Amino acid sequence: MIRVVAPLPVLLPLLGAAASLVLGRYPRAQRLLSLAVLGAVLAVSVTLLLLADADGAVAVAAGGWPVPQAIMLVVDRLSALMLVVATTVALGVLVFAVGQGVTDTAAQAPVSIFHPTFLVLVAGVGFAFLAGDLFNLYVGFEVLLTASYVLLTLGGSARRIRGGITYVVVSLLGSLLFLAAIGLVYAATGTVNMAQLSFRLAELDDGTRTMLNCLLLTAFGIKAAVFPLSAWLPDSYPTAPAPVTAVFAGLLTKVGVYAIIRTQTLLFPGAGLVDDLLLLGALATMLVGILGAVAQVDLRRLLSFTLVSHIGYMVFGVALSTVAGLAGAIFYVVHHITIQTSLFLVAGLVERKGGSTSVNRLGGLAAASPVLATLFLVPALNLAGIPPLSGFLGKLGLLQAGVEAGGVLPALLVAGSVVTSLLTLLAVSRVWTRAFWRPPAQEPEADTADASAAQEAEAARDAAGSEDTGGSDGDRPPVPAPLRDEELEQAARTGADGGDADDAEDAEDAEDAPDAGVADGIVPDGIDPDGGGDSRAPTGRAVGAARAGRRGAGVLARAGVARRYPELRAALARQAEAASAVAVREDDEADELRPDQRRPLPPVLVATTGALVAVTVALTGLAGPLYALTDRAAGDLLERVPYREAVYGEGPADSAEGVP
Amino acid sequence: MTPTVVLPVVIGGLYAAGAYLLLDRSLTRVLLGFLLLGNATNVLVLSAGGPAGLAPIVGYAEPEEMGDPLPQALVLTAIVITFGVSAFVLAVIHRSWRLVRQEVIAVDEEDRRVADRSKARADALDPDDIDPGDLPVEDSVLGAEDRPPDLGPPTGSDVEGRLARDHAGSASDDIGLPAARRRRR
Repeated sequence: MIRVVAPLPVLLPLLGAAASLVLGRYPRAQRLLSLAVLGAVLAVSVTLLLLADADGAVAVAAGGWPVPQAIMLVVDRLSALMLVVATTVALGVLVFAVGQGVTDTAAQAPVSIFHPTFLVLVAGVGFAFLAGDLFNLYVGFEVLLTASYVLLTLGGSARRIRGGITYVVVSLLGSLLFLAAIGLVYAATGTVNMAQLSFRLAELDDGTRTMLNCLLLTAFGIKAAVFPLSAWLPDSYPTAPAPVTAVFAGLLTKVGVYAIIRTQTLLFPGAGLVDDLLLLGALATMLVGILGAVAQVDLRRLLSFTLVSHIGYMVFGVALSTVAGLAGAIFYVVHHITIQTSLFLVAGLVERKGGSTSVNRLGGLAAASPVLATLFLVPALNLAGIPPLSGFLGKLGLLQAGVEAGGVLPALLVAGSVVTSLLTLLAVSRVWTRAFWRPPAQEPEADTADASAAQEAEAARDAAGSEDTGGSDGDRPPVPAPLRDEELEQAARTGADGGDADDAEDAEDAEDAPDAGVADGIVPDGIDPDGGGDSRAPTGRAVGAARAGRRGAGVLARAGVARRYPELRAALARQAEAASAVAVREDDEADELRPDQRRPLPPVLVATTGALVAVTVALTGLAGPLYALTDRAAGDLLERVPYREAVYGEGPADSAEGVP
Repeated sequence: MTPTVVLPVVIGGLYAAGAYLLLDRSLTRVLLGFLLLGNATNVLVLSAGGPAGLAPIVGYAEPEEMGDPLPQALVLTAIVITFGVSAFVLAVIHRSWRLVRQEVIAVDEEDRRVADRSKARADALDPDDIDPGDLPVEDSVLGAEDRPPDLGPPTGSDVEGRLARDHAGSASDDIGLPAARRRRR
């Protein structure tokens, strides 16, 4: 039974992707197909988990080749559990993406590409979890990475290309390192089968073994974003569409963590020096990551940094290489996959509702949408590790394991974990107080004394100097306010229709925006700088005003530089021109956030996010059985016998050595 | 059979050249660097198979004389993957060229933000900060000559102080970013 079912988590999504490509012209059929495929994969994964937990690990040799030569798929408790969690999260994100695609009727992203690519991604993740040899782990990685390149640059706007380049180049380097490591492992041992490697690596001398271990860890560390290798993540993740970021944050780094777990338990058990290095890496990951998160004001970047930071917890548990540590790490992986995914989905909802992800510009969301506030608060507290929730249980397990292990480094790690947990609470509670609790009437910038003083000075200066600004504008006489307003509105409308941007509009951008922005902030009935001028909530208005001001300042910055570097001026002028045209055509985020689309929260999206949040809460309720399961999985991993027996059959393990 | 010196030297040379190219700002060179690194890795994996031998076909050669077929199979897979990914990178480079007429890696958003925070505005506005990645976006709808020659307000001397006040305490991702957020909403 399990032999038939085991390849399905890879096969089904791949076949589904092919069918989905064929169905590219029928979006509805495509959606149904993707949902059906992922639903089936989820069912298969749950079956695998139940079977693997009941009967122990099972290995399937693809194509019926003899064991060490064949391509092996190994289902043990760890891989089955990872499969279940990954598929659950992927299904949730897919529903969210479908919901978003349905509500955002504008053809922004090529949705017909999204579905097949997403399925390929799921197939790659499944293959990486099931692969029984190093080279197929590499292939699994490549499959999911290639899919992720496409998803990250979906739509191909300037921002995404820029973020995508970082991600692609770093991932490529990681893959090459991994491949080189595989080559060296093969040169040293003559096999890439993991079960066989677990015997043969033990026979190598210490130096070679440590080198191979470090090479593999470097490659996996890049994927998992462990500290010195984590700088790429916060730069590339936040630019992608919300569902894509969510699934990346949940799954991709965890595949790296999974590979680290396998390496450190099956291939290189008891590697003392390397484990110490990993502990230090974990400590640095936690602290540097969370300090980065505290410094951020953009919600998505903040979440990306907490993602990096909390990878440290898992590496901590793995590096302890005790049953308790591994069990805690696996539990934490499960918890973290669901929690990060739901938080990124909530960030998508916040962006939709508030029109921004910068906490300086958001405000009053708790009053505007209590549901959204709940959806943010519960996973945020969970992430920070507030007692009854699963984040607390995961951290507690790791702390216990650290204390049990004893020694200086684990003690340091325990302290670091506590500090990280507290700083996480600080980071998310700042988001909560600013974006959700702050009264909507309050000016976005008024929360820092510095900023409000600057604004007042600005307003005073503008009042005095407005004539000056208008008068010395050489090309265009000053336009009276009502006319400007009309012009703006018209420009906004043509902009929304994807029409050309006229230079009057650009001049408006350059000169009026800062004044109008400030004026609107101070005098609520002043000129509405937002072209829409519709009956939006005060929040939106204040936010819009602030944004207009900033945007104007951005133009000013360019202008100031152009003055200092005249040779750049022509180029800048053309940029300003083209930028507005591109903004309309290229950037789907701009479309998503047009005022008329900003307010409603489609029930499908809320329900999906709610369901994922419910899963995170359910993890708390299921923590007992889940911890028992991860305990058993950790026991299997450290014992190593179940994995070998699954591959080589029940015979005495050493007989396997006779095989070439 | 004596070990060959040629392969390690070739591998080392390719790695060195590839790493050097990978550190360049120009994406085309990054791609070339990636190709060199990929080839270096492929040769490395190939040389992991041990000494050369006859083609591993039963009946053609005795098993003792055969070369190890597994690294060849691995390298074949790796070549296909490298090829596919290179094609993708090339597409990204082309897209980047279409969008910003440049194929260099632009200054990072985070760097900008940090620069914005510092009071020393002069540093934040040095030419490197508005590097070409930020410059002309897409084929312009209107040429440069259609633009009013002056973009900003006439009080140029105060622009920097004004910016510093505008952005005190805030970390805006609007600053200097192309296209994405300039349009009124």
